[in-house]
Amino acid sequence: MADKERFAEQALTHMAGLYSAALRMTRNPADAEDLVQETYLKAYRSFASYEEGTNLRAWLYRILTNTYINTYRAKQRRPTEADLDEVEDLYLYRRIGALEAATASRSAEDQLMDMFTDDEVKDAMEALPETFRMAVYLADVEDFSYKEIAEILDVPIGTVMSRLHRGRKAMQKALFDYAVARGLTEPDAAEPSSTHG
Amino acid sequence: MADCNDTIRELYAYLDNELGTDSRQAIAHHLDGCLDCLQAFDFSAELRTVIARKARETHVPDSLLKRVKECFGLDEDGLNENDSNTGRQ
Repeated sequence: MADKERFAEQALTHMAGLYSAALRMTRNPADAEDLVQETYLKAYRSFASYEEGTNLRAWLYRILTNTYINTYRAKQRRPTEADLDEVEDLYLYRRIGALEAATASRSAEDQLMDMFTDDEVKDAMEALPETFRMAVYLADVEDFSYKEIAEILDVPIGTVMSRLHRGRKAMQKALFDYAVARGLTEPDAAEPSSTHG
Repeated sequence: MADCNDTIRELYAYLDNELGTDSRQAIAHHLDGCLDCLQAFDFSAELRTVIARKARETHVPDSLLKRVKECFGLDEDGLNENDSNTGRQ
């Protein structure tokens, strides 16, 4: 029983991260709460199969992801992989990188930080097809390694890398569209040799 | 010896800290002498930081905290003991 209590204590330290991931997955606070609670219930019930000293955080995210896929995914209509446009490398940099370098008085990070609202970044991420969104979230926000993400999502590392590659570019395109919509930059600013008609 | 194409192709593997020592050194060496690639890397690293900060939810609803603690069979007193380490490990 003491072991189980210690496990519960350790598991609870990851709640903020799990809830954050659940919100980006379900895009809905009520579903996100249900998802996290269910994740903890499953973890608590199967804690005997968890080996102390192994990666508790990755184990919890794996339960979260599986639960989401099995339970919540069917409830929502979401974009599929086919909806993801081909986007060139360095999409955002090629369009606003120059803009940013021109005003050298502030750090690039401050400028990017001010250019997009929290909601825009969240929306850009939530607009990604789910398999891409999960990979990008786990890498960029949670800093999991490719190997950990492969284990959490139960796919090969090569698949993780290709989802990250396409997902990140698609997210940059969405962010650029927000910047254009708010008049922060011109639609054609520094348009490189685009293949789009 | 990495050229600009090699370097940009490995940009995220580099930023994600997923390159082996040799590849990492080859990229770092190229960046030392190529301002164009260096700017692209800096921009991408900063964008990654901005996304990480803005896409993360830091607030956990009290209702969720209560529900999870109930399913762990922890009472309110049990919770208070852990308050100091609920942030990060």
